Amino acid sequence: MSLPFILFFVFALIAIGGAVLLIVAREPIHSALSLILVMMSLAGLYLMLGAEFIASVQIIVYAGAIMVLFVFVIMLLNAGVEERTDYSKMAKYAGIPLGILLLLELAHWMHHSLIGKTPANGAGSANVMVSTRELSMQLFQKYLFPFEATSILILIAILGALVLAKRDE
Amino acid sequence: MNVVPVAYYLVLSAVLFGLGVVAFVFKRNIITILLAIELMLNAVNLAFVAFARAWGQTDGLVFVFFVIVVAAAESAVGLAIVIRIYQNRQTLNIERVNLLKF
Repeated sequence: MSLPFILFFVFALIAIGGAVLLIVAREPIHSALSLILVMMSLAGLYLMLGAEFIASVQIIVYAGAIMVLFVFVIMLLNAGVEERTDYSKMAKYAGIPLGILLLLELAHWMHHSLIGKTPANGAGSANVMVSTRELSMQLFQKYLFPFEATSILILIAILGALVLAKRDE
Repeated sequence: MNVVPVAYYLVLSAVLFGLGVVAFVFKRNIITILLAIELMLNAVNLAFVAFARAWGQTDGLVFVFFVIVVAAAESAVGLAIVIRIYQNRQTLNIERVNLLKF
């Protein structure tokens, strides 16, 4: 057990624990906080994978901005304990087996298609971090048009959120 | 230093995605369902970064960037809709928002 393995398993356990906590928590605020836990541990994993820029964006944008928006809405709507209704039997009898099946299938497929032949620092760069400079070169040359398209997307999202949340008199 | 096989990251990604699906199906609160969607997006992001690492290319990281942008837009609009639903129905339980249910 070398240090990267230990780090990986610590982060993975925190992430999975946070995800399970999201499911079992009854208050939405607890679910939101456990999702922040998942995001933090994923940021750690991104650092291990050498994606320093993505790791910081994950913390600043995801855990910072988006989750704060969620927490604000939860507080604004005073969302309390989730009420358990038994309306849908579908979820109980089809949801659990199908969810477990999907999980096992994905895990099995990924495990057997890639394990053994690819170490995590595979083909190209051996151990270097992907520099932010390199990433921004890609972003502003090869992916310039999608990047500009996202700015329009964000603009439309802002307008849509404003129009939707506006209280009509 | 990084000797963890990329398959480990992919399996973790699959497990997180599966848990996200389970949360999406089981939770009754609209906000928690949006949180489950965010969890699934995060799982996909992890797979993107792992693949980018495995092939030594930065394209996957650019896609993660785009996924984060789209997730921000989606959650902003989604939460606006949630506020709207709460104003109209005084509830966050999706079982009680069944106007379109057959």
